[in-house]
Amino acid sequence: MADTKALYQEVILDHNRKPRNYGRLDHPSHKAEGHNPLCGDHLALALDLQGERIAGIAFEGESCAICKASASMMTATVKGKTREDAETLIREFREMATGELDCGSYPHHLGRLTVFAGVRDLPTRVKCAILPWHTLRAAIHSQASTSTESEADPMHAPIGDA
Amino acid sequence: MTASPSPRRLAPAPALDVERIRADFPILRLKVGGKPLVYLDNAASSQMPQQVIDRLLRYQTSQHANIHRAVHMLSEIATAEYEEARRKIARFVNAREDREVIFTSGTTEAINLVMHGYGRKFLGAGDEIILTTLEHHSNIVPWQMLCEEKGARIRVVPINDAGELLIDEYEKLFNERTKFVGVMQVSNALGTVNPVKSMIAFAHARGVPVLIDGAQAAPHMNIDVQDLDCDFYALSGHKLCGPTGIGILYGKAALLERMQPFKGGGDMILSVSFEKTVYNTVPQKFEAGTPPIAAAIGLGAAIDYLSEIGMGAIAAHENALLDYATAQLERMPGVCIIGTAADKAAVLSFALQGVHPHDAGTLLNQEGVAVRTGHHCAQPVMQRFRIPATSRASFAFYNSMAEVDALVAGIRTVQKVFA
Ligand SMILES: Cc1ncc(COP(=O)(O)O)c(C=O)c1O
Repeated sequence: MADTKALYQEVILDHNRKPRNYGRLDHPSHKAEGHNPLCGDHLALALDLQGERIAGIAFEGESCAICKASASMMTATVKGKTREDAETLIREFREMATGELDCGSYPHHLGRLTVFAGVRDLPTRVKCAILPWHTLRAAIHSQASTSTESEADPMHAPIGDA
Repeated sequence: MTASPSPRRLAPAPALDVERIRADFPILRLKVGGKPLVYLDNAASSQMPQQVIDRLLRYQTSQHANIHRAVHMLSEIATAEYEEARRKIARFVNAREDREVIFTSGTTEAINLVMHGYGRKFLGAGDEIILTTLEHHSNIVPWQMLCEEKGARIRVVPINDAGELLIDEYEKLFNERTKFVGVMQVSNALGTVNPVKSMIAFAHARGVPVLIDGAQAAPHMNIDVQDLDCDFYALSGHKLCGPTGIGILYGKAALLERMQPFKGGGDMILSVSFEKTVYNTVPQKFEAGTPPIAAAIGLGAAIDYLSEIGMGAIAAHENALLDYATAQLERMPGVCIIGTAADKAAVLSFALQGVHPHDAGTLLNQEGVAVRTGHHCAQPVMQRFRIPATSRASFAFYNSMAEVDALVAGIRTVQKVFA
């Protein structure tokens, strides 16, 4: 049984109430929008990539607490990091959320982001947590828009219909 | 709006022994994360009583063979039982003749059958189809496909803030191009009971046939297709305590006879040669291939079960649950009921201030309470209320007042987490 109490911990609730890096950038170099049509989550992500470094990042949109907190913590984590660091985190976060990565036994760089590990037991909520990361990847690769429903996308999470 | 009283209000209301009824449903004894399951997602799919489970087992262990195909004993038994199920359903909806009941995989397939069998044959460029804002996607998308193919056009009946159809607007949509009306009897997203009888009469006065999506009505009230005078009526077995994969389309015999088949194959033909194939008669014309025989027989057993309790008693109990739950939620700060029609059945959609429905659903599940969160396959309704989704509790006759209390306590817990 999913330990949802553990999922809705104070960190996540706090980021949901007071999302970090919420808003827009004046001169973004990269942008992407993410949709989860199943629950109506929608977010717009803007990046200011200076060379290889993520100098600025901001997001806005309407979503559930899991998605909003995930976006907030993601932006706080990747700000100032390199594009390559971000790609590593994107991969590790997806593997954690889908249960492929056991954070307790294998080395990773997720740090506090492991508060989202509990979504792996909630198949219908995995997409909520992954959507911001999914969108970050699209932004870095400058895809105009992305959706959790595009099958060809490598971030497509193997979950059921909400 | 002149809402004709729904059948449930007319029905006699003998009290229902909920505890005895609950004992018939093995799944209701489940625990979810250590808490008793409180199943309030009946509008999505209802649970199955032991009587139906036993019937499926008996069919599978002692009666199964293919139908309409052989002279051996098992085939004759299976055929007789399958046709007996058709008879039970025909009586349940008060069809004139058994052959007016066509087995489908559910409401969705029933509507698609009408689109292909009637729409593609009789509708053309410029023709208009009237639907409503409340419709489930299954009563929208097939008609959009038809419009794309034929150049026909959909007109939509709007709703008010309570989630009631604007009947004046419905009547104004009619013109000489109006060729078809599709409307649900009860809204799965809001619970609104639509005044379908008077809507049908209005359409018929202009020579327009009407399809009723009865997926959410059939589980909660007496259905009388002759009294409604609808041309088509669709329902799903799995919302009626029956198995998944089975449902019916009721259609007036005269219309069914003029329609073209939906699927080609075995059982739907009288004779086949490469020069000419002669189609079978109604209903076999529409039942190509081996049908879900066990599921049909299971649906027949489910209807026996419901009929024994009585749709009047079922409606009365569900109305009491809905009234009790509505009164409680109305009093709770931060809770907004979506859909406040004067006439509602068994569905309570709500929004919690500052809480996304998906978070509410996940946290309610932790309390053992199963509700549906999302757009309920009715995105136009969500757009009308400018919300992405709602949480929806939907009641069945086996739900108890104590389960409503569990829902209310669960909502308080959710609010505390997000306080
Ligand atoms: C009003 C309404 N129409 C149609 C359907 C589709 O039913 P099914 O999925 O059984 O074909 C549903 C079920 O969700 C419904 O509630």
